Amino acid sequence: MRVDIVAGSANRWDNSRMQFACEIIISPRSDILDPEGDAIGRSLARLNFSGASEVRVGKYMTLQVEADSAEQARERVGEMCKALLVNPITEDYEVSVNQL
Amino acid sequence: MKAAVVIFPGSNCDHDALHACDKVMGWTTLPVWHESTSLSGADLVILPGGFSYGDYLRCGAIAGRSPVMEAVKKHAGNGGLTLGICNGFQILIEAGLLPGALLRNSCMEFRCRHIYLRTETTDSPFTRSMQQREVIKVPIAHGDGNYFATENQLAELNEQDRIPFRYCNEAGEITADANPNGALENIAGVLSEGRNVLGMMPHPERASESVLGSADGKKLFDSLAVAYADVGW
Repeated sequence: MRVDIVAGSANRWDNSRMQFACEIIISPRSDILDPEGDAIGRSLARLNFSGASEVRVGKYMTLQVEADSAEQARERVGEMCKALLVNPITEDYEVSVNQL
Repeated sequence: MKAAVVIFPGSNCDHDALHACDKVMGWTTLPVWHESTSLSGADLVILPGGFSYGDYLRCGAIAGRSPVMEAVKKHAGNGGLTLGICNGFQILIEAGLLPGALLRNSCMEFRCRHIYLRTETTDSPFTRSMQQREVIKVPIAHGDGNYFATENQLAELNEQDRIPFRYCNEAGEITADANPNGALENIAGVLSEGRNVLGMMPHPERASESVLGSADGKKLFDSLAVAYADVGW
């Protein structure tokens, strides 16, 4: 899992809880066959995009999280991924957090 | 035998399962709404096929975390008979009651047809009235039935004889051509460690009367009746 924490432009000295825009990119694990990606890859080849390969199809999610810090927001999103959003057997994920 | 069929928003084979249990088997049968926290003392719980929650997120992911599943987990944990058919199999996996994952069919098609299954073990309450290597004809209807498991999970399933059904041809041969969805090792269903939970992609309830084109699926329900009478699961 790669986590990018990007500081936002809001007032960072405010002690009240902050809002964070979170992005999650979920991809099929590299050892999993991705028939959808393969079909898209074949279609690209038919359109003469011969250099394109290894097409993989995943999911992109955004959500807003209230937290005391970017670290806490990231931690909460990680818990959501483990509890529901991601199937660890078949999927990898990346989270990025941006203070609003 | 008292059978409960859990209904989720988007279930569409609930009435097939209710019919098989009630009309074909003559069991006391009741529907249970997914928001219920009780299974009303059922001996057998069936999670039926369908498209719970529109297959949003992953097939069975949201249903697998719905309120009724706490009661289903408790029932299964106490050794209670639990059968997940098609979407019900996906829900059991998402709820953590069975290992592995069900991915998109490798052919990318929704496959709806009769297929053949080879009975790989009779050591389960679901297959005890069948013969070892018996071939049965039952329908499938799914787009995400491509069974996948990690190497360790697969080894454990094989070692513990927990794969009761594999896709085969009419002669009972396990071949790539007979595999409708790309499932690992032609796996069509898996048992829990306690052998009281079965998840399978094919629909035995839709092959429980000869008028439906095959009555082979009834053997699974007959097995359950025998298992229940024998040990009172």
